[in-house]
Amino acid sequence: MEKYKVVVIGGGPAGLAAALESFKSLDDKKVLIIERDKFLGGILNQCIHPGFGLHYFKEELTGPEYAHRFVEQVVENRIEYLTETHVIDITPEKEIVAVNKKGLKRIKADSIVLAMGCRERTRGAIITPGTRPAGIFTAGQAQRFINIEGYRIGKKAVIVGSGDIGLIMARRLTLEGIEVKAVVEIMPYSTGLRRNIVQCLDDFGIPLLLSHKLVKIHGKYRVEGVTIAKVDSQLQEIPSTERFIECDTVLFSVGLIPENELSKKAGVVLDMRTGGPVVDNTFSTSQKGIFACGNVLHVHDLVDNVTLEAQTAGRYAAIYSQHPELFENNIHINIMAKEGIRYVVPQKLNKNFVQPFVLRFRVDNFYKDAIVTISNAGKILIEIKKSILTPGEMESIEISQKILSQLDFSNDIVIRLQNI
Amino acid sequence: MQKSKVTCILCPRGCTIKKKAQGDTFEFAGFGCKRGLEWAKEEFINPKRILTTTVHVKNGEIDFVPVRTNLPIPKEKIFEAISILKGIEVLAPVEIGSVIVKNILDTGADVIATRRVGKKDSSYD
Repeated sequence: MEKYKVVVIGGGPAGLAAALESFKSLDDKKVLIIERDKFLGGILNQCIHPGFGLHYFKEELTGPEYAHRFVEQVVENRIEYLTETHVIDITPEKEIVAVNKKGLKRIKADSIVLAMGCRERTRGAIITPGTRPAGIFTAGQAQRFINIEGYRIGKKAVIVGSGDIGLIMARRLTLEGIEVKAVVEIMPYSTGLRRNIVQCLDDFGIPLLLSHKLVKIHGKYRVEGVTIAKVDSQLQEIPSTERFIECDTVLFSVGLIPENELSKKAGVVLDMRTGGPVVDNTFSTSQKGIFACGNVLHVHDLVDNVTLEAQTAGRYAAIYSQHPELFENNIHINIMAKEGIRYVVPQKLNKNFVQPFVLRFRVDNFYKDAIVTISNAGKILIEIKKSILTPGEMESIEISQKILSQLDFSNDIVIRLQNI
Repeated sequence: MQKSKVTCILCPRGCTIKKKAQGDTFEFAGFGCKRGLEWAKEEFINPKRILTTTVHVKNGEIDFVPVRTNLPIPKEKIFEAISILKGIEVLAPVEIGSVIVKNILDTGADVIATRRVGKKDSSYD
């Protein structure tokens, strides 16, 4: 059985950054990346639009360009990687079973970084009635078909959900000569970034129908149209607001779910709210020596944040391979998301690594002029005013050394919104 | 047609910025900050965008190479630029950053490849 210090599952932005950072931290450099697709870079390869790297590189790159900068470093440093290789099992003992053209492979790792990303919710996830004709895609699937395979996927489309991928695909379809009839969003607000609403919809006069839901898909062999309707504040359909839109293509952009089938096999405890593993500030999961980062941990809106998070995970994975004793049990205090906060990552603080770290969180609703507080043992340690908070944008707060020095380690850390 | 209002994209606040004629000059209202005002002025006068799309590749490990303009180009030229790029086929290998079309539509912007595409079967066993 082959042995490695650190094995990274997934060759997307999280996996690449984690592997590079592990590699830098290790003396014997035994790092391996396992990727199931033909190329490294993950989903960035199909995200050909601009807007990546503004924070990390201070310049605007496309997805493939952003990925290239990391792939180049992986190649230059001769970090080992396997493509077209599918991991089918991870055990709590950190044995990995993978399969590729050459057959089955068993690999033993001192530590593992989970970086498998996320998958898209489908029409089934939002329980869409109607037939099952050709012409129904998730937005990311359509993105791959158009941007990498070069297919023309339809002529007239309706997009369901106004997340960033849906908005970006509205523009992409338009540029490809496909008429986008409408973007239908059940919530009274879009969960996509503002710049995408402006540059992908407004630029091309594509209507965004807020507080509308898809009621039915029509068509036997190919999509022939959809019925939509207005919804009330309880998201219930308002009678007699139904409207038929003729189209041959429907794209679903209705959310992403961390891809945690392998994490479950490894016995990693998952957080019900993020859908990803519960981790501490070293990005260690509940299974010792198994770390997680990127969209498999929680769904990010900016890849730049994935990179930063993955670097930390990679660094600690390397530390684990040399000093596993620092990650023993019962060394944590909890970080709790309370009023107004949907989730926070990390969910724990490891007392052996009381070093500055970043709390990333999402709020559960749209808030104006709210105050985010971080408290411990009944004392408020951080208070930050925010003029706007939306569920669509991930927020972050740095926990500095100064704050850490004030912590009472027998109590939880609590993050909440005040004055709401 | 010139717009009379734009939505600022610089921060999540998303201010609606309006433009009103005031004699020979314009007056702007609704901006939340100085940066927003500067952005809106540019957006009213000459809205520009980076254009990204794909171009056919002959004999490549993949059949399409993603491309972008290296500078933002005027918004009204986007569809014209797309139709030029639709008619092009490049030969693999393509290096990332290599120029696919120089100075497209006299905008001063070059269209460059955003990915390396090797020759077909070169990396396969």
